[in-house]
Amino acid sequence: MKTSKILPPAINSAPSCAISAIRQAKTLEIALSGDWVLDAQLPALEPILAQIETQAIEKIVVSTAALGRWDSMLVTELIKLIDYAEQKQVAVDKTTLPASIQGLLTLVSAVPERVDAHRDQTRTSWARALTVSTGKAIQHGREMLIFVGEMIISTFATIRGQAHFRRQDLWLYIQECGPSALPIVTLISLLVGLILAFVGAVQLSLFGAQIYIANLVSLGMTREMGGLMTAIIMSGRTGAAYAAQIGTMHVNSEIDALKTMNLDPMAFLVLPRMLALIIIMPLLCLYADLMGIIGGGFVTVNFFDVSLTEYLDRTAHAVKMKDFIIGFVKCSVFGILIALSGCMRGMQCGRSASAVGDAGTSAVVTAIVFIVVADSVMTIICNRLGI
Amino acid sequence: MAEACITVKDLTMTYGDFVIQRDLNFTINRGDVFIIMGGNGCGKTTLLRHMIGLKSPAKGDVCYGEQGLWQANPKARQQILARTGVLFQSGALLSSMTLAENVALPITEATQLPPKKVREIVSYKLALVGLAGFEDYYPSELSGGMQKRAGLARAMALDPEILFFDEPSAGLDPITAKLLDDLILSLSSALSATIVVVTHDLDSIFAIGNNSVFLDAETRTNIDGGAPQKLLHESKHPNVIRFLNRGDQTEQNSNHRHMRSQA
Repeated sequence: MKTSKILPPAINSAPSCAISAIRQAKTLEIALSGDWVLDAQLPALEPILAQIETQAIEKIVVSTAALGRWDSMLVTELIKLIDYAEQKQVAVDKTTLPASIQGLLTLVSAVPERVDAHRDQTRTSWARALTVSTGKAIQHGREMLIFVGEMIISTFATIRGQAHFRRQDLWLYIQECGPSALPIVTLISLLVGLILAFVGAVQLSLFGAQIYIANLVSLGMTREMGGLMTAIIMSGRTGAAYAAQIGTMHVNSEIDALKTMNLDPMAFLVLPRMLALIIIMPLLCLYADLMGIIGGGFVTVNFFDVSLTEYLDRTAHAVKMKDFIIGFVKCSVFGILIALSGCMRGMQCGRSASAVGDAGTSAVVTAIVFIVVADSVMTIICNRLGI
Repeated sequence: MAEACITVKDLTMTYGDFVIQRDLNFTINRGDVFIIMGGNGCGKTTLLRHMIGLKSPAKGDVCYGEQGLWQANPKARQQILARTGVLFQSGALLSSMTLAENVALPITEATQLPPKKVREIVSYKLALVGLAGFEDYYPSELSGGMQKRAGLARAMALDPEILFFDEPSAGLDPITAKLLDDLILSLSSALSATIVVVTHDLDSIFAIGNNSVFLDAETRTNIDGGAPQKLLHESKHPNVIRFLNRGDQTEQNSNHRHMRSQA
């Protein structure tokens, strides 16, 4: 009886098993033989099922005299046979089976299958898929609005001192998204300044106007590229981290715990992060502008025959305070958008390990889309207003 | 009759320099429902981790039949462990997969069965633990008890000879815990598998165990072992008696416990 217990150690040929049926009056005698184990080649059950169907059988007896080893392979086949027989209202005599198989069959049928638990997986037409995805998009939009609304409410609650806001958390987040981001911001901004200088130089040197590289680089960095590149770095670096942090807290029911302690997760988790980014982004932007101008200066002075003093003088003339301010405003807006998409995706995170990964990915994608759209809108507005 | 299935020989377990248990010696026989018991922090789960190949011992070995688990090369070790199934404390189902995918995972890894047959085996295993019809559910959509049973279905996927349970009743209500105990017992007789249970739940210990080892946190070794019922009345170690009597050493409580466990 202890047949399933031997693990096949290096079998050269697949174990063989067979099933045969003999009809005697209205009884079908099914004989099982050989080893019914996981790596065996199963004989087809269909001919026997067909025999039950066509030959007006009333009773099935299973003989296991020649049965060798067996495991789940045999039991699943027996379940199929018994289910089919029950459908056709044919009695199956289980008493001839080994006791342990009988025990397993009893266990299997001990808890009836929950029919209502089954899920249908039907193929959908493209029209249906379109409706579903439109519905999803609308749902996403609604969730976003709800999130923004909740955030505004808790911002006011915090200002009025009604919500719990941990100041030490704010310093921690500022440390995380500020000083720790300097190396990568330095590298990227230097290179962007360098690229701007090269791109401009090719055109400007045609007219002998290399000196205007300084204008191009400094205006380009302060008004546009400094803020944009910082925002893109920060959305990958900090936005994704926020989504993953809050998402993991969601998976571990930490958010639920906060709620039960009467702490508003918005004020407790989202606001400090957002505030940290709003404070830090303009500073990082200023730093990035400076680095970009240095990168551009390096190229201009070394390759295009302009002296350092001339470059700096031109730069000082070209850039006005308002250019810096436009850059800062843009960058603060980007900061809000990054924190918003990061925290939102984190709060909307599902409760599985892969959901945290999805939250991180979608936080970065959302943030970059938001940033580029917001940047275009702000650039057009500035252009129209003539600032 | 009593054929040794797992023999623990001179096993010493450490975390760095910190010795958890030293010189453990005991034998688990084929067909046993074997309980590893002891107080919190005495190294029950650590012992289990040594037995299922997750942590290597500082000294000694765990022998499956004649083969030492830790003397064997990694390939042989994998072959030995292929005959075992483990139910972790929280079920340890992969949360991004449905129950069917979770249970199918070891099957598709070890065999080359067609998907339809795998699905049949999965349904059969889930039916064995009373979860028929829940194939396409995600673990997070189930209750704790159901998750544990699904974990059990996955542990049994490849018809293991030896099943390990880490705290099966932890976090379950008494009725669900009892149902799980009953399930363990009926599976042990139906599958004729050897079952090793790490637990400190007294009701479970008396209800299912027919052999045991007691890990003592003070002396840091196994001070007693045998059938739990027998231990309760015949053990000469005050720590064992106290543990089995819920901290109480009076005879009356012992009788009460005896009556309860027989009821």
